[in-house]
Amino acid sequence: MLFTSYKFIGFVILLVALYYVLPKKAKWPLLLLGSYVFYYFAGWKFLFYIAAVTVITYVAGLLISRNKVRADARFAELKALEKSGSASPEEVGKEARKRYKEAQKKKRRLIMTIGIVLALGILAVVKYTNFTIHNINGILSVFGSTKRLGFLEIALPMGISFYTFQAVSYVIDVYRDRHEAQKNFFKYALFVSFFPQLVQGPISRYGDLSKELFTPHKFSGRVLERGLQRVIWGYFKKVVIADRILTAVNALIAAPATYKGVYVFLVMMFYALELYADFTGGIDITIGIAEMLGIPVKENFERPFFSKNIAEYWRRWHITMGTWFTDYIFYPISVSGPMLKLSKWSRKHLGEKVGKRLPVYLASFIVWFTTGIWHGASWNFIVWGLGNFVVIMISQELEPLYRKFHKKVNTDGSTAYKTFQVGRTVLLMSALRLFDCYRDVPLTFKMFGTMFTTWNWKTLGSGTLMHLGLVRSDYVILGLGTILLIVVSMIGRSGSVRDKMEKKMPLVARWGIFTLLVLIILVFGAYGQGYDAAQFIYNQF
Amino acid sequence: MDELIDILKEIHPDVDYATATNLVDGKILDSFDIISLVSEIADKFDVVVSAEHMIPENFNSAQAIWDLIQKLEDEE
Repeated sequence: MLFTSYKFIGFVILLVALYYVLPKKAKWPLLLLGSYVFYYFAGWKFLFYIAAVTVITYVAGLLISRNKVRADARFAELKALEKSGSASPEEVGKEARKRYKEAQKKKRRLIMTIGIVLALGILAVVKYTNFTIHNINGILSVFGSTKRLGFLEIALPMGISFYTFQAVSYVIDVYRDRHEAQKNFFKYALFVSFFPQLVQGPISRYGDLSKELFTPHKFSGRVLERGLQRVIWGYFKKVVIADRILTAVNALIAAPATYKGVYVFLVMMFYALELYADFTGGIDITIGIAEMLGIPVKENFERPFFSKNIAEYWRRWHITMGTWFTDYIFYPISVSGPMLKLSKWSRKHLGEKVGKRLPVYLASFIVWFTTGIWHGASWNFIVWGLGNFVVIMISQELEPLYRKFHKKVNTDGSTAYKTFQVGRTVLLMSALRLFDCYRDVPLTFKMFGTMFTTWNWKTLGSGTLMHLGLVRSDYVILGLGTILLIVVSMIGRSGSVRDKMEKKMPLVARWGIFTLLVLIILVFGAYGQGYDAAQFIYNQF
Repeated sequence: MDELIDILKEIHPDVDYATATNLVDGKILDSFDIISLVSEIADKFDVVVSAEHMIPENFNSAQAIWDLIQKLEDEE
């Protein structure tokens, strides 16, 4: 059931109506039922995967929580025994209590590790088995063997990377004592499967989402209006912009021998627009639907294309994924015992400068490798992830040079310099995304190279743009749509656009605008003959 | 506390650590800075800051970082 299908729109209308009609007690169970119905439409077999991840992480969380409660009680008991003097200090003294506390923590860590390994194991099997087989076959071929392993027929369950990460974060957060485990299995199942964010995130944390998810919300016209406005804006981005430019992107990357040089630059720009409109549009629809139910979901974007460098871009694009990797991979690796030892060793042997950087760079390398492979089981994504790592490391290393430059040249508040920084970020990120477009890594490098070797800028004016599946009116719509995206983003820099509209515009004017937007979606949506709405790009992750 | 301020000054010399209360939320310290800081804290104060302590509240001000060090020293 695609977000862009009439079936989905009907499903949401029915669910929202039922949510506000049903009694308080039935509200969250309705959401659980709705989420599983939604997931059923993606493929009934996929229900087993989500159920398995839910059961594993629920049990792990519960066992950790129970151990913690028992251990805390026993610890207090030992303290009381020491105070009363009714037991020997060897048994209940500070050292004994410390040993007990550490032993219990070790148990909890073991439970957490088993839970994570099992949950991630399912993801690994369905997502990476064929990629592993492909690489083994490659190695066999290098060594001259004619033997080949057969590929397995495994379909990737929708949104598995998202809900698995969400469930894993829950187990770790219970272990870290950020919140208690959810005792009600069905409530926990709703947290893992909440349908608007199943397709492409955001990756919510239990501590952020759970309270409002289980609270029965009363009907509010204002809440419904704001949610609906966000949904409409999301559909505009997806159907009018992303699905329209997709045709041109597909045409350009399908014929790399024809579309070299300046056309690779076009792929960079067109794909940047497609991905932005597709992903942020999908997230707008997700957040909007949740808002209509009175449930706030974490924002996933903060005008990423206005970032001054790539590190900042990654703090503003797919925010919940970035913070997930920082909290659950980057920090644990960087501050782990072996890493601190390595840091000490390298400070002593390689100097203070290298010693300080080594743990951070090593942890970053692992994070970017994981980020790459999380996006897709292919070398394209791995190289893309490592490309981000290289650029961020270079900019980190060049920091002293930048500081020197800024001391000599005052760029404070300079619009021209800011524009240069933003342009640089857009170009760098768009160039890296070419790995997402072309068939394999060598072809991507080759196509990137043609931008500097094939000077065919003049052919742009000879009508080739009209052979990409788009006509003049499509380009006009895309141009105007992009301008609208930029204007709305700029207005949003100083606060929510909907808040501003609410303060400054009467209801009739607000709805006039959104009715116009709906008409634009209906008239200018990229439907065409034999329309088949495109799947969201991030859905396949 | 002075030792901690010295470490922080080495990372970002231009910040007034006596008054700053949004070092993480205000994006003054990024994840790279925090790891350098944790590594320095481990060296100077002989305490282990583990991943579970890595929350913005523990690093938003010099006082919060100092409180964390004190807490970890007590636990040792």
